[in-house]
Order: sequence, then C-alpha cells, then structure tokens
Amino acid sequence: MSPLDRRTFLSRITVALSVFIAGLVGVPILGNLLAPLFRAPPDGFVEVAKVADFALGVTKLVSIRDQSPLAWAGQTADTALWVRRREDAGPQMFQVFNVNCTHLGCPVNWQASAKIFLCPCHGGVYYADGTVAGGPPPRPLFEREWQVSGDRLLVRQQPLPTVKQG
Amino acid sequence: MSVLRGIGKIPGQIASWLGERFELEDSVLAVLRHPVPRELERPVGWWYVFGSATLAVFVVQVATGVGLAMTYVPAPNSAYDSLQFISHDATLGAVVRGIHYFGAGAMVVLVLIHMTQVYLFGAFKFPREANWLSGSLLLLAVLAMAFTGQLLRWDQDAFWSIVVAAEQAAQAPLIGDWLAHLVVAGANVGGATLTRFYATHVFLIPAATFGLIGIHLYLVVKRGISEPPVAGVGVDRRTYRRRYEEILGRGIPFWPDAAWRDAAISAVVVVIVVVLAALIGAPALGRPPDPTLVIADPRPDWYFLGYFALLALIPPATEAIVIIGLPLLAFVFLFLVPIFWPDGERHWSRRPVAIAAVALPFIAYASLTVAGLQSPWVPLLEGANLPTSVTAGLEPQAARGAQLFTAKSCWACHQIDGSGGRKGPDLSHVAARLTRERLVARIAGGGGGMPAFAGSLAPQELDDLTTFLFTRK
Repeated sequence: MSPLDRRTFLSRITVALSVFIAGLVGVPILGNLLAPLFRAPPDGFVEVAKVADFALGVTKLVSIRDQSPLAWAGQTADTALWVRRREDAGPQMFQVFNVNCTHLGCPVNWQASAKIFLCPCHGGVYYADGTVAGGPPPRPLFEREWQVSGDRLLVRQQPLPTVKQG
Repeated sequence: MSVLRGIGKIPGQIASWLGERFELEDSVLAVLRHPVPRELERPVGWWYVFGSATLAVFVVQVATGVGLAMTYVPAPNSAYDSLQFISHDATLGAVVRGIHYFGAGAMVVLVLIHMTQVYLFGAFKFPREANWLSGSLLLLAVLAMAFTGQLLRWDQDAFWSIVVAAEQAAQAPLIGDWLAHLVVAGANVGGATLTRFYATHVFLIPAATFGLIGIHLYLVVKRGISEPPVAGVGVDRRTYRRRYEEILGRGIPFWPDAAWRDAAISAVVVVIVVVLAALIGAPALGRPPDPTLVIADPRPDWYFLGYFALLALIPPATEAIVIIGLPLLAFVFLFLVPIFWPDGERHWSRRPVAIAAVALPFIAYASLTVAGLQSPWVPLLEGANLPTSVTAGLEPQAARGAQLFTAKSCWACHQIDGSGGRKGPDLSHVAARLTRERLVARIAGGGGGMPAFAGSLAPQELDDLTTFLFTRK
C-alpha cells in the first residue's frame, strides 16, 4: 500500500466534507418532500347525510369533507360520491360509488332518465349498478364501504382509487 | 462645445473601464466572437437560428413568469381568484399572462424545430453527441414546464387533469401507486397538491433548465457550430476534428456575423408571441375547481391534444403499455440516436430513414391532434336538443319518441341531421339501414359499445323511440 500523499489526502477530505454537507441538508429536505408517501392513508367512516334524504331507486350526488383538511385547501377538501338507494333496509340498501371513471379518473355523470353514468373524457358508460355498459373502462365503478348508524349514512374514507385496486 | 464633447466621451470611458476591470476582451467577448463556419454567411445560416430563438423565448418566459408570480397565489382556495384578477383587473395582467401562454407554445414548437434541424443536418454526430443529449433533457424540461404550467390555471379542467395525471402515473409497473401519491402529494388531490406543482413549475424545473442551458451552451461553444452538411462527406472520427479546425481557420466570428440572424428571428418570434397575447390572449378560465361538480371536460393545451387523442383511440387493453411505454420509448430513442449513429453520412438527402423517422411521427401526431380537436368519442352532456327541421310535422307518437331521444341521452352519442354527439353511429338515415326488429334489439340489448336500455325504457317508450327513429329514412 502506498502512503497517501498530502494533496490526495486533502482532496479526499474536501470531497468527503462536501458530500457530508449535502447529506446533512439533503436528508431532512428529502424526508419532508417524500413524507406524503409514508403518511397513513385516510381511513374511518365519515357522515354523508340522513338515510331519509335518499329516495328509493334514486341515484344522487353527495359530497363528503376531508376530516382534517389543510386550512387553505378550499374546495379540494371535498370529495363527491354517487349514492344509489336500492332497498328500504338491509345489506343491499345502498351502493356508494366514487365519481372517478375507472379508465382515467374523470368524473362520471349520472343521466337519471337514461339510467346510465357517462364519462365526459373518453365516453365510458356504466349502468346504474356501476357495471360497464360501453367505452374504455376496464372495470366497474369503484365502490365505497358504507354503514348506517342510527338514521345516518356513513362511508369509508379512502385514497384516490386507481386501476390497480380492487 | 468642448464640455459637451467631454460629456459625450463618458459612456465610452465607462465601457472601457468595465472592459478592463472585468477583462471582458479574453472572456465574454472572446466567447461571443468564437469562430463559426463561413458557410453560415449564406442563406443556409437561417437554419441555425432556432436554438437562439428558443433561448430568447425562454428569457421571455422567465420574465413573464416572475411577473405572474408577483400576483398569483398558489393556494387552492385563492389561486382561481388571483388568476381572475390577473386576467381581468391587473394592469396589463392579461397581456403578461397571454405572453406566458403563447410563449409556452412557442417553446414547444421552437424546441421541436431546432431538434428536427439538428437531426436532419446530422449535427448530433461526433463530436457533438453530448450537445444532443443535453438538448434532449431540455426537451423533457420544456414539456414538463408546459404540463405543470397548465395545471396552475387551477380551474375545473386543471383540477381533473391532475386526477387524470395521477391515474396515468398509477399505471406504471411496480411504482405506479407510489408515483400517483407523489403527483397529488398525498392520498387525494387536496391542500398540498397545488403548492407542489407550483414549486415544481417555478423552482425545480427552471433550476434544472438553467443548469442544462449552461451545459448546452458550453458545449455549443466548446464543440463549435457544425458546418452545413455536404452530401457524400460523412463524419470520420479519425479525421473530423482536424478537418473542422481547417473550416474554423477560414471561419467568421459568431458575433456579429452570424448573431444578427439569431436576433432577427428571435425578434420575429417574440413579436408574434406578443401580438397573439394582445389580440387573442390566454385561454379564459373554466369553472372554478370543485370536486363536487361532476361536469368537466379536461383536455390539455393543443400541443398535448395528440397524446390525449391517442389514449381515447387505442384498445383499452394496451393502455398501460402505451401511457407509460410510448413516451419512455420515444425518449430512450432520442438518447440512443447519437450513440447508435455517431458517424457517417450527415446530409439528409442521403439518409432516407432519418427523413422517415421525422416525417412519420410528425404526420401521426398531426392526425392525432386533428382527432383530438374533434374528439368524436366525447359524449355531449349539456344542451340536448334536436333542430325543428327534425321535429316539425311528426305524428304524436314519433314526437314523443323525439323527446325521448334527447331525454334518454341518445342525443349524447348519436347525431341526427348534424345535432348530437358523434361517439356512436349517425342516425340521420337509420331506418334505411336497420329493420325495426334490429333497431329494437339494439336499443334494448345494446352491444358494440352501446349500453342496453331495456332497464331504463318502458315498452311504450321503446315503441315511441323506434317510431321516431323509423321516420329517419
């Protein structure tokens, strides 16, 4: 092993110190930037409305609000859902759909008279029960878990649904 | 008089003092006067101006971007209002925003012209491979700026574009969901999303762009501007540098012998951008962003429309591959160009494959853009109405059918006499094509992209509707 000469040693020290500085500052910055990836996804049930607000056989647009939104979030803390009342009571009482088309996420639009959901982006069509009636969607509309508590309808919060889920 | 003459000498004295203290003569001025091939004095020199024109528009984008950032509030609850203020109330705000908008389009166009010229002139070959690679990264930066900039408009379409972008990112293998979360900065589009796009658009990508422009210009000066190609005279790696030195030996200084053309074209481009901004202006904002308002038609600005159309037209099963794979393939190809073809023939007339490699994607993308402008696959959600020329004089039952045609959303996807959507077949003369039984079966049972309406049409309604459609011979 040849002994380190003075200049090689000083060069290495300089490079090492520079890397150290970048690391020291970089770790907290990267940690802060990537934090959203490691945050637990929203969970738990939030209230939608009174059960009585939903007439039998009707599909209705509702919105729920993020439970702890950032103060400046404005309307982005809201999420829209399509709620379909199927029966008077029981486990088949409701179907709750995310508004996002399963193709690329655009909001689907309920045509009450024709009883279909139409997507404005690429023309995806779904029947009232969320199954695909035509167009590019690869799967039925994403559904949310729901439960009835007293006279209220609650739905489970969830991240933006993507094609990989479900 | 001598006093005045003395005052008149002051600017020159200041200039020579600065020149002496900064030693400009052998730094900045020497770089500006670097020799370029003498051929650039001829009309062929007009082909060498597009890089400079892009740089000029980039400076315009930085200046107008800083101006917009003085007023724009990158918070989800205020961004829309601040943009409305810029567009309608701020003094010259609409013009500044218009310049930034048309400047963005000009950047995309000029970068593509510049790259096409460099490619067809074979200027990416030895020893200028790194120029091409740094330029390819700059193309990426320009496209990323164009995309993130559109989202800062923060209207209904911008909001849903972010959702669509996240859904597209989610289609990437393995890291898809991870990418989607990174795009929206959390589990959903929300309070954290807009500030991320803002910081990316005004700090991250511009910082990278400044760095890349530095590298690109350094290489342009170090490697020298390529001589116009001569058919039959290829690049030979053993002899090229010596030959190029001889070319520069009888060359002309870039400043001002060649630079004046760059200035002329830059002026033309910036004048066009400013005139368009003043006359047409930036696109009006759509509805304010509201996730609970499900009427949206998110479509990108014109230079991304072709890609948007592609996603509508390909078979759904291939989407995961096309959304991620096609752009990836295009950029991998760009990066491989100087590595696979570093020497040999430069002149386009002897590189038919190179001409095809430029022409085919351009033609394909132009056709896709036309398709994107027309978007026949989009169902019409608002304004359902048939012209009176169709409804006038109908028997009562057919008239009821005509009402059902709009009420039951047939109109959203089918045209009659030019009114209605174009997703499904034109029904202007449907009775001439189908028997009544086939018509009933198709409406009730659906098929071939058409939903089945048996569940939403009563037997009498189905009868009324077919009676109406049967008047269309």
